[in-house]
Amino acid sequence: MESNAHIRVQNLNVFYGKDHALKDISVEIPNKKITAIIGSSGCGKSTLLKSFNRLLDPVDNIRITGKVLVDGEDIYDPKAEVTHIRRKMGLLSQKPYPLPMSIYDNIAYGPRVHEERNKKKLDRIVEHFLKTASLWDEVKDKLNSPAFKLSVGQQQRLCLARGLAVGPEIILGDEPTSALDPISSQNIERSFLELKERYTIVIVTHILRQAKRLADYVLFLYMGRLIEHGPAKEIFENPKEAMTREYIQGIIS
Amino acid sequence: MHKHAIEEIIYKALMIASCLIVTGVLFLILGTIVFKGLPYLNWSMITQAPQSGYYLGHEGGILNSILGSLYLTGGATVLAFMMSLPVTLYLNVYAKKNSRLVYLVRFAFDVMWGIPSIVYGAFGFMLMLFFGIKASLLAGIITVAFLILPIMTRSMDEVVRMIPQPLLEASYALGATRLQTALKVVVRQALPGISTAVLISFGRGIGDAASLIFTAGFTDSLPTSLFQPVATLPLAIFLQFSSPIVQVQGRAYAAALILTIIILVISIVARFLTKQFTRNIVR
Repeated sequence: MESNAHIRVQNLNVFYGKDHALKDISVEIPNKKITAIIGSSGCGKSTLLKSFNRLLDPVDNIRITGKVLVDGEDIYDPKAEVTHIRRKMGLLSQKPYPLPMSIYDNIAYGPRVHEERNKKKLDRIVEHFLKTASLWDEVKDKLNSPAFKLSVGQQQRLCLARGLAVGPEIILGDEPTSALDPISSQNIERSFLELKERYTIVIVTHILRQAKRLADYVLFLYMGRLIEHGPAKEIFENPKEAMTREYIQGIIS
Repeated sequence: MHKHAIEEIIYKALMIASCLIVTGVLFLILGTIVFKGLPYLNWSMITQAPQSGYYLGHEGGILNSILGSLYLTGGATVLAFMMSLPVTLYLNVYAKKNSRLVYLVRFAFDVMWGIPSIVYGAFGFMLMLFFGIKASLLAGIITVAFLILPIMTRSMDEVVRMIPQPLLEASYALGATRLQTALKVVVRQALPGISTAVLISFGRGIGDAASLIFTAGFTDSLPTSLFQPVATLPLAIFLQFSSPIVQVQGRAYAAALILTIIILVISIVARFLTKQFTRNIVR
């Protein structure tokens, strides 16, 4: 039976030089849910996340085998066109990186890159997605001021709006709250919970409580291996693997 | 007193002394130029070309050299920029970070940086012979472009290298191509560094004499054609210094003063403009 999951990973292996960073990973990411990738640092969480939109490409000496299917298309096929794949996913990195331009231009950057020139349409896009990321009220009077002048928490919401503005179906978050204060983290988490109605969300987190608060589905990685995956309730309450249980109880970290 | 405390005082004094000497030398140079050149600086100096007998102390000015230097260095800076920006973007956005090519290019530019300008002059002269052009504005532009190319490229490269990788990833993640990322994000973010690189190169180019002796030549008439010889300020200074006549020597200082003022004005204006364009830069 052909599954309709946006992201399907089949026998994925990633090597950094001789270092075997991801080992034979096969998993399907459920649609319109929040999936959390958990595991200790250096276990390959971020690598797995970045493999979904080919952000590993610029890394030196990298070798990737296996498949990542996004909407049924093998994105590592040499014929695959990378920009339209990346467009399907918004990315939040650990620290927000606003582009060196105004708040307005940050949101409009993506649509403009994809040939949207109509000023009225851009205005509407900017307003709509700033509202979606609940940033509009704070910035509507200073859309032309530099994005880096916002607080870090606001910057992260700006990055969320910027990612959504290219019309993705998927949101990827690489420890998206790790640089934020508790209030800002809460804002981002709240946005995620609202957005999962419409988007498939995958976040990497090393904060177990955050995974418990947000996740519907959990992937547990250890040393590059996918040890266990399943609905959050099962993983947190009744893990099948001893290693998962130890991680969740804080015995290994 | 404790040994370490004495040590601290001695070394601190040495460092302060070094700072004072460095700044002092700068003021000494500026002072000399202003003191010796100002009395000879007048309106005709900057509005007239040399009249007959100028080098014997008669009427005239050095407008030919002022315009010549501006045209020549301006042209060379534009030409060098057209090469160094693509090189910089290739090294930092396209090439693999630790590839041999990247290493080789950086090394080559470092070596080129160290080559004396007279050698660039000789190289330019050889090119002229090869292509059959005589000493001219064009030949000078090409030679000086080669001279400042490594300076411009390496200074730009150092700034662009400092841009954090995740900033580029943010752009890629939105579906931007490398070219779009390079032109819309990298160039914008590095703009202050890029304009500083251009300025340093301009300053280095406008002050160089050795590379121009064979390639640009010298003339008393105003520059009108790319294919005619052109006068330049450093050579005007050199020629007038060589004169035994006090009046002409004083004009050499005046010419040096003009050259210094040009560099000063250009860097102030450029800094001001850069500030206007870079308020969005992520710091």
